[in-house]
Amino acid sequence: MYEGPVQDLIDELGRLPGVGPKSAQRIAFHLLAAEPADIARLQDALQKVKEGVVFCDVCGNVSEQATCRICRDARRDPQKVCVVEEPKDVLAIERTREFKGRYHVLGGALDPLSGIGPDQLRIRQLLSRIGEHDITEVILATDPNTEGEATATYLIRLLRDFPGLTVTRLASGLPMGGDLEFADELTLTRALSGRRAV
Amino acid sequence: MYVRQLQVVDFRSWKQADLTFEPGPCVLVGANGQGKTNLVEAIGYAATLGSHRVATDAPMIRHGAQRAIVRTAVVNEGRELTIELEITSGRANRARVNRGPVPRPRDVLGILRTVLFAPEDLALVRGDPGERRRFLDDLLVLRAPRYAGVRSDYERVLRQRNALLKSSGAARRAGSKGDIATLDVWDGHLATHGGQLLAARLDLVADLAPHVIAAYAGVAGSDTTRSAAVAYKSSIADNLEPGYGVPGGDRADPEVVADALLAAMAASRSQELERGVSLVGPHRDELELILGEAPAKGYASHGESWSFALALRLAAYELLRGEGAEPVLVLDDVFAELDQRRRTRLAEVAAGAEQVLITAAVAEDVPSELAGTRFAVADGEVRRAG
Ligand SMILES: Nc1ncnc2c1ncn2[C@@H]1O[C@H](COP(=O)(O)OP(=O)(O)OP(=O)(O)O)[C@@H](O)[C@H]1O
Ligand SMILES: [Mg+2]
Ligand SMILES: [Zn+2]
Repeated sequence: MYEGPVQDLIDELGRLPGVGPKSAQRIAFHLLAAEPADIARLQDALQKVKEGVVFCDVCGNVSEQATCRICRDARRDPQKVCVVEEPKDVLAIERTREFKGRYHVLGGALDPLSGIGPDQLRIRQLLSRIGEHDITEVILATDPNTEGEATATYLIRLLRDFPGLTVTRLASGLPMGGDLEFADELTLTRALSGRRAV
Repeated sequence: MYVRQLQVVDFRSWKQADLTFEPGPCVLVGANGQGKTNLVEAIGYAATLGSHRVATDAPMIRHGAQRAIVRTAVVNEGRELTIELEITSGRANRARVNRGPVPRPRDVLGILRTVLFAPEDLALVRGDPGERRRFLDDLLVLRAPRYAGVRSDYERVLRQRNALLKSSGAARRAGSKGDIATLDVWDGHLATHGGQLLAARLDLVADLAPHVIAAYAGVAGSDTTRSAAVAYKSSIADNLEPGYGVPGGDRADPEVVADALLAAMAASRSQELERGVSLVGPHRDELELILGEAPAKGYASHGESWSFALALRLAAYELLRGEGAEPVLVLDDVFAELDQRRRTRLAEVAAGAEQVLITAAVAEDVPSELAGTRFAVADGEVRRAG
């Protein structure tokens, strides 16, 4: 145990996901030795993340403005919508540079154990988005695990009655049981380009 | 195959241990509580990613340590592979094969195959159906490692579905309609995974049954005129093809079984919503053990129960041996529990094994044909003793 503020900082860092006690200590002492300007920038970023970030009212991704950069970008194909669970999955797919359409972020997956059903996800918003705009393809890119698969199956059932809409699912080959964000770029690129209609 | 080397760090009572084995019988001798079982438990862990004594990983880590390491070198037809497992409390375990990390610990399954006999095996006969389901599923994974994934997917979907049944049932009783559309989705996924698991179990029982009959006759010998049999009793038996799961019958088709599961779920849906649990599926099935005309459980004597437990393990060993790399036999403290006849029978089988690892508190308990190499286990050390 260290004294006062140092231990407080270690405790706070240790609460973050993926940060164990050893890393918390290392980060804390790194910060202690850092330049005041670096600390100020970090402080600023932490402050802004709560105050300045909103969710895009079209796709649900994190955004600085009411509508996110991707939804505003006229070069992106508005007819193709890729459905993902979390904003970090948008980043993962963007890294592949394979996909030129737009996104829809559900905010999770069906997960009865955590009390998450369709009403807790942005599914109603997806349906009205498809109903109101000229969307020709929905790509289901939920995680390749139990909850992600169930969510995809559920969406397939909901979407199959939309006239003129093709629903596709990422090709298999993604490591089963994992998170989309952990798939490497090559695998994800292959999964995207090999997507099949369901 | 055989285990050439076992190294553990902070595993159970062992701060550190390093043992080199040879093919044939290897006997660990030492007083009670010296850590003999802990060592063979480590070998079993490398083969199955689980312990034969407890359901969780936490007891594998030495008191006061952060993580346990189990390293085994396994020789199969002249080729050596090392498996390294790091068991950490509260975090995902890590695995390496030949020093290279593998994506998931599950990926090491199949490198080492063991069949372990232990005093705990009596629960196979006397315990609840879950013990026998675990026996079948563990054997399935030894037979074909991909079933580790099927099994855990099934369990995950089952827990999700049970949670949904509970909340939807409550919603229905409160007058709203609940999440019936998503229940259909979970039904479909449970049926897909359950169909694969159940079909594989049915085939397994069909293949195992003749071995059980033969093994029991060998173990019980002239003690009995009654013969042993096993039968798979499914919670959806009425929906299944009668030829499934019986020796010489049809191989079970996972898709046909999945359809049968769906039909059974549809038939019991309102009851399931009322009770808030999944009432049909492989998690509700039973491996029936029959002695003569009566079920072994509740009828068999103590000696008969032991013979049956032994027969199940021997049958598993014979089945695996007939299908691929010969598994390593592990006999944890079993000779002291057996009478002369069963001891001799087990010794006969073990003497023919490529490798058998034996633990005993006193050397005299081990039949002479299994003398082999001997290790003395005492005071946190293992010494080669002949
Ligand atoms: N996680 C752990 N940390 C420290 N010690 C442990 C741990 N788990 C078990 N032990 C100790 O290991 C000892 C038991 O070891 P083990 O079961 O291997 O004995 P054994 O040599 O097989 O004895 P027996 O002849 O009675 O079967 C006990 O003293 C127990 O306290
Ligand atoms: Mg023991
Ligand atoms: Zn957007």
